[in-house]
Amino acid sequence: MLDLKLYILQRATALAMAPFMVAHLAVMIYAVQGGLSASEILGRTQGSVGWALFYGLFVLAASIHGSIGVRVIASEWLGLKRGPAGIVMATVFLVLLTMGARAVWAVTMG
Amino acid sequence: MATAGKLMDVSVWRADGKREGFDAFQVPRQESQTILDVVTWIQQNADPSLAYRFSCRVGMCGSCAMMVNGQPRWTCRTHVQKVLKDNQLKIAPLRNLPVIRDLVTDMTEFFDKWVAAEGVFHGTKTRDEPMAPINHESPERIEASAAIECINCAVCYAACDVVANNPDYLGPAALNRAWALVNDVRDGADSARLDAVSGSGGCHNCHSMGNCMQFCPNELNPTASIAGLKRATVKAFFGRGG
Repeated sequence: MLDLKLYILQRATALAMAPFMVAHLAVMIYAVQGGLSASEILGRTQGSVGWALFYGLFVLAASIHGSIGVRVIASEWLGLKRGPAGIVMATVFLVLLTMGARAVWAVTMG
Repeated sequence: MATAGKLMDVSVWRADGKREGFDAFQVPRQESQTILDVVTWIQQNADPSLAYRFSCRVGMCGSCAMMVNGQPRWTCRTHVQKVLKDNQLKIAPLRNLPVIRDLVTDMTEFFDKWVAAEGVFHGTKTRDEPMAPINHESPERIEASAAIECINCAVCYAACDVVANNPDYLGPAALNRAWALVNDVRDGADSARLDAVSGSGGCHNCHSMGNCMQFCPNELNPTASIAGLKRATVKAFFGRGG
């Protein structure tokens, strides 16, 4: 079910997500020291192109990576054929991307 | 011998197109007895209608693999003593293959997939040219030599959960064969072969669970071969400019 191009796309997004994940966790642990409120977070992220890019790319990579994985699971565990599995993949991709992009927009540019 | 003369309980899968299910037999234990000995004893002494497949009886031909207590085994080299559980044996046809009758599976799709994976040798020299010199210490030859001892028994194919969930998947044996040929300097079809193992049933479907490596009776490592194919296909993809 997984051909070469989807395989490369999934591995490449995994590669991209590794530093995103490390930075995400490290900043979270660092920033939360001594307590942190929502307004303090928004104070740092609002208007920041850097954070918008960081989490924008993170969301894009996660949407691609996750939806390809769900396609394989749908095919191997639910027996979906190529077409329906592709629809599942596209749906998961769009839902993850929309939800993620909305959140990124809200905390950085909204 | 302590076990000689004792009886063990053996259930054997039967399927003749009309009825299918396990039949129970009591088989005398013997010293150094193999699973193939047990099946043969049943056919010769209890039920001559039992169908099974074997040939060499010495672990070379790859004909006699079956599921034994739920695990794929080469039955001619599997000692009863090693797999007997609570004095019971459950013998069934290989998983992931259609059954022709009783313990005999139809291996057509298994071998078709060898061909689909470009498992055929494509020589680059004619018979009039001198033999290709092979350096047995070269990294490619070491990879090829590691993969080449496959006896086509389909134990790995039966052990593979990806095959079970994705009937198009070429499977560990065919991909292992492809990897042996990718590393064979005498073969000239690498490009076609890498394309053949990059489709929707190709090497990228492998989850690296390692069942094939775990159960291969010749202790080959198809998981590593498939990982090699994944690397080679990605390299070729970027090498060609995408």
